Parts: sequence; structure tokens; C-alpha cells
Amino acid sequence: MHELVGGLRREFSNKILDEMTDAACLDIDKKRIAFSTDSYVIKPVFFPGGDIGKLAVCGTVNDLSMMGARPFVLSLAFIIEEGFRISDLKRITRSIKANADRAGVKVVTGDIKVVEKHAADGIYINTSGIGVIGKDDCKVGRKAKAADAIIINGHIAEHGLAVLNARENFGFESDIRSDCANLNHIVEDCMRSVKKISVMRDLTRGGLATSLNEIALSSNVGIDVFEDRIPIREPVRRLCDALGFDPLYVANEGKFISFVSGKDVNRVKKAMGKYASVIGQVTDKHKKEVHLRTDLGTSRLVPMLEADQLPRIC
Amino acid sequence: MKKDALRLMEVCGTHTMAIARFGIKKILPENVELISGPGCPVCVTHQADIDRAIATAALDGVVFTTFGDMMRVPGSSMRLMDLRQKGHDIRVVYSCMDALDIAAKNPKKKIIFMGVGFETTSPTVASTILDARRRKVKNFFILSNFKNIFPALNALASSKRVKIDGFICPGHVSVITGTRPYEILARKYKIPCVITGFDDTDIIEGIKELIKNIKDTSYKVSIAYKRAVNKAGNIEARRILASVFESCPAQWRGLGKIPESGLRLRKEFSSFDVAKIFNVKVSRPLVKRGCICADILQGIRSPGDCRLFKSVCNPENPIGPCMVSTEGTCAAFYKYGE
Repeated sequence: MHELVGGLRREFSNKILDEMTDAACLDIDKKRIAFSTDSYVIKPVFFPGGDIGKLAVCGTVNDLSMMGARPFVLSLAFIIEEGFRISDLKRITRSIKANADRAGVKVVTGDIKVVEKHAADGIYINTSGIGVIGKDDCKVGRKAKAADAIIINGHIAEHGLAVLNARENFGFESDIRSDCANLNHIVEDCMRSVKKISVMRDLTRGGLATSLNEIALSSNVGIDVFEDRIPIREPVRRLCDALGFDPLYVANEGKFISFVSGKDVNRVKKAMGKYASVIGQVTDKHKKEVHLRTDLGTSRLVPMLEADQLPRIC
Repeated sequence: MKKDALRLMEVCGTHTMAIARFGIKKILPENVELISGPGCPVCVTHQADIDRAIATAALDGVVFTTFGDMMRVPGSSMRLMDLRQKGHDIRVVYSCMDALDIAAKNPKKKIIFMGVGFETTSPTVASTILDARRRKVKNFFILSNFKNIFPALNALASSKRVKIDGFICPGHVSVITGTRPYEILARKYKIPCVITGFDDTDIIEGIKELIKNIKDTSYKVSIAYKRAVNKAGNIEARRILASVFESCPAQWRGLGKIPESGLRLRKEFSSFDVAKIFNVKVSRPLVKRGCICADILQGIRSPGDCRLFKSVCNPENPIGPCMVSTEGTCAAFYKYGE
């Protein structure tokens, strides 16, 4: 997948795209704008804690927020398979409206295409968003630096498990719900508390481990994280054990990590909420690698995810 | 191999991964060496069986279902994944029961489930076949690559190629089998066994118990996973398994042909048996030059000894099954470091 994305990116290579950030930052008539797009194809479309509509709003809002932008407007495009239930479509659009209102963004343009049966799988949604980066706002950078502390806003691996359990009907009784949520208000609180944040990244598909690796690679730094400081709820840990999954690689949709100087840690951690945790630190050793200190006191590599995790056979 | 080191072999892919993930080798004394054996059911599936699976999946009118790991295992000329990209109906399922449900919903199609696994998995397949018979589902077929682990342990214990001082035994297999097969093995070859679970503390306790058993020359079998395993095992699961399957010889990658180590459907279930219903021929299998998965599975060599490891063979481009499988030794070494 990395090669596919890399190949496509090289086709369009330019200074902005090559930064490989969550949103593109553009200077237009002396204003700094962030612009992002994403497509949503999740199955099932309704899952504990959310739906494809909520995901479509939160995903793009969060990508803009990670650049330090205030999300402002969204575009909304549907591709719908013939036969998709109108009642489900209405439920999804109500969810989009509710979550857009919650985020304080407006849907200002849109499109709908209906394709024949079997030409799509239910419904696909694309959202693109624009956000504004104020001149006096906290400076949010693109790269982590040595000695930065790494803070996460809460428990990991909930979205991926909630969706997988709903899709595959494993039969596990669990109260695990997707953490899908808009992060822009928390991010704004963080930005009000300090003058600079080295980098922020929301954790999505590929989990915490993938985001840490991406930042280690793009910033050319090493990252050390501590297993006992990564918040994981017990039911999530147990379900991961049963399935043979590593929670570090399971998807999230309402979690982000921020990299800040040591002097700013307490203020940003407070702004990131009651479940926030300082999970690690950036180092100038083992550049481009993420190392985990296990509960046993040993250290191991946390590599990039090579292929989707699969449940254990036995 | 460190001289005079105690060599403890684990024979479960989940243990392979857990040991790597927790970094357990780093906290062991220098004179204790952990080696991986043939515990990954994907990895031990012989190349000829992989080729047969791919040839079966290519048959007209067939919906081929299997576990996710099998999709990327290289056959002599292609993978199941490549065949799917050419338009064949090949689906990943999480259990055999999912395949039966597909068969029930698609009565005009032939649904084949190709299974790999040891004693943990095979009873669930046996139960599903009984369910298929009860529900009169006539378009459901099994391509069995299931194996019994104990004949392989016997083959390793009697082999002169690898020195084994103790076995770390698979927790979930033992839930089904109980301790008796290990007791026979331990007495015959004077190799103690400890059955343990998959948490870091389970594994460390298990290793500690095994070292104790080796030192006091008791050659006994201990259970260090008492919350799941008992001496008798799951008698009902074994009864269901024996009612549907019988033992037969099987080819193991690395270990060769081992009598009584495979499972085939009994005669009365031949209407479900791919081997009886479908005529699938395969040529002599080709193994990629330089691949040493066969030696790795016996604990003779480690992934670092393979000239293809990392340079050519990696999770995105796996050459052998030990790299493809999420529980393969090479995949563990690649992911977590040696």
C-alpha cells in the first residue's frame, strides 16, 4: 500500500504534496489555508459509536485540525449503489449534519451519483475541507525534534475493534464502541495553552504505531514509547488477545498525538483531556525507528504495518 | 548455537510471535536458548498442498474460502491472491462456519473451505461438517490440510539434527488434547514439557518451570496455564473430531512425510471431501532457491541465517511461508528484530 501511495504521489510531486501531511497548507492572498480530502468506504455503514456519515465529517475536520487550522467548510459527495435504502441514507445525512454542527463547520457544496447495482458496495462518501490558520495562532509545525514529549488524548484501538466485531459478527459480547469524534475543539484548547507544537497527527487506519513511524521517518528522528503509559481499556486488550491483534496497529478515529517541548507538557496534557497520557519521547538515537519499552522492561522495535492484521488461526 | 546452552523449543506460532513481541529472549540467561519449531500451521503446509489449493480455487464454478494468511502464501507459480485478481471467487473467512453459511445462501455454487490448523481448529471444522449434514447442505466441501502436532513433535524429538532439552507446548492445542500425548513423548524421549499460555508472565513462568523440570531430570509434563488447560483436555471436542476425521500420513514442509500426522475425512463424509469429488492434478512443486523455511521450521537454522531474509524476502514480498504467515518465525524476526 505504501508503494502504491508513494507511486501516485510521485506522479503529482510538488513542494506542498511532498510534505505528506494530513492537509495541504496554502498561502492565498496573505491568508494561510489548510485543504484536505478523504474518502470513506467503511463496512458496515452503521457500527457501535458511529456511522459512515460521522466518520466522513470527523475524518476531514481532524485532518485540518492537525495542521493547526480551524475547520471552516466541507464539501460532500456521495456515490450510492442503486437499491440502497432511503431510510439509511436519511440516517446518514442526519448524522453528517449533527456532527458538522458539533464541529462548527458548514457543508457548502456537494454532489450525488447513483450507480447501478453491484457497481458500488452500498455507499461511498468523499469530504473535502478548508480550514483557516490564524497569524496569531500557536505555530503548529511539521516535524518532531529531539527531546519532544509525545502525548496522546486517550485510549487506543476502540474504533477498529468495534467495526470489525460488527462487520464479521464474531459473536463477542462487548461494549467496545468506536471513538469516532471531532478533535478540533480539543486541538484549539491545546493551541491556546502554548505558543508552539512541533507536530500533531490523528491516529487512523494503521493505529498508533503507524503514525509514530510516519513521524519518525518524515522528521528523521527516533521515537521511544513506553508500553505501560499507552492507555488501553481492559476489554480492548482482552479482545485483541483473543483475536491475536496488536492494539498498537488497530484503527482509531478520535485520538491524536501531539509532540511538544518538555516545558509545555503539563499545559498541553491538561488541554488534551482527562485520559491524556505522556507516552514517550523523541530521541536523536535510532533515527527513523520507533522503539517500545515493554512492561517486562525489554525493548523492541515497533515497525510500520506491512499488511492488515488477521485474526489468529489457532 | 551456544555450547552447553539449554535449548527450549516452542511449537506454536502464537508463542513465536509473543516471545518476539515481549522481548523475552533478551531477559533470559545466556545459557538458555529459545528456538522455534513447526508450530505455524500455514508455514508447515507443504508446497504441493499449496499448489493443490490454488489449482482447486481455479476450478470453474467454485467459491474458494480460506483463512486470510493463506491468500499470500506463494505457490510454485502464483498465490491465491493473484488468482483472485484474475477474477476467481476466492474469499477470506474467519471460520469454517462462515463458509457453510455462504454455501447455504448460494445453493447453486460449490463452496470449498480449505483449512489449515492443528488440534485447536480441526474440531470446529468437524462440528461444522456435522452441522452441514444436519442442514442437508450439499454444496459444501472441505480441502483438509489439518495436522496433528504430536507426530511432528515425535519426529523432532527423535531427530539427530536438532538438540532439544525441553518443549514449550501450545496452550490452545492443549485445551483440546490434555496432557496425555505429551506424557508419552516426555517418557519416551526424556524431554520434559511445559504447557503455557500467551501472556508475558505465562511464558516466563512456563520457561522457569521447564528449566526446573530439565534440571531435576523428572521428564515430566507441567501445566503452567491452569486457567485454560486441564489433564483430561476437551473430551467432547476430541470425540467430535474422531467421528468426522481419521489420521493419515501427511507431508510437512521441512519434516517430510510423517505417518498419522494429517487428518482426512472418514468415508461416510466423502460427499464433503474435495479429494474425492474434484479431480485436481498438480505438478511437482517448485521451491524458491535460497529459501530455508524447511530448516527454520525444525529449529536447525534461524531467519538470520537466510541470505534472502530482509534483502529479498520481506512481508511485502514474501518468498517462503515463514514470512507470509502472521505467526511465522521470519515474520516475527522481521517485525520485532532478532
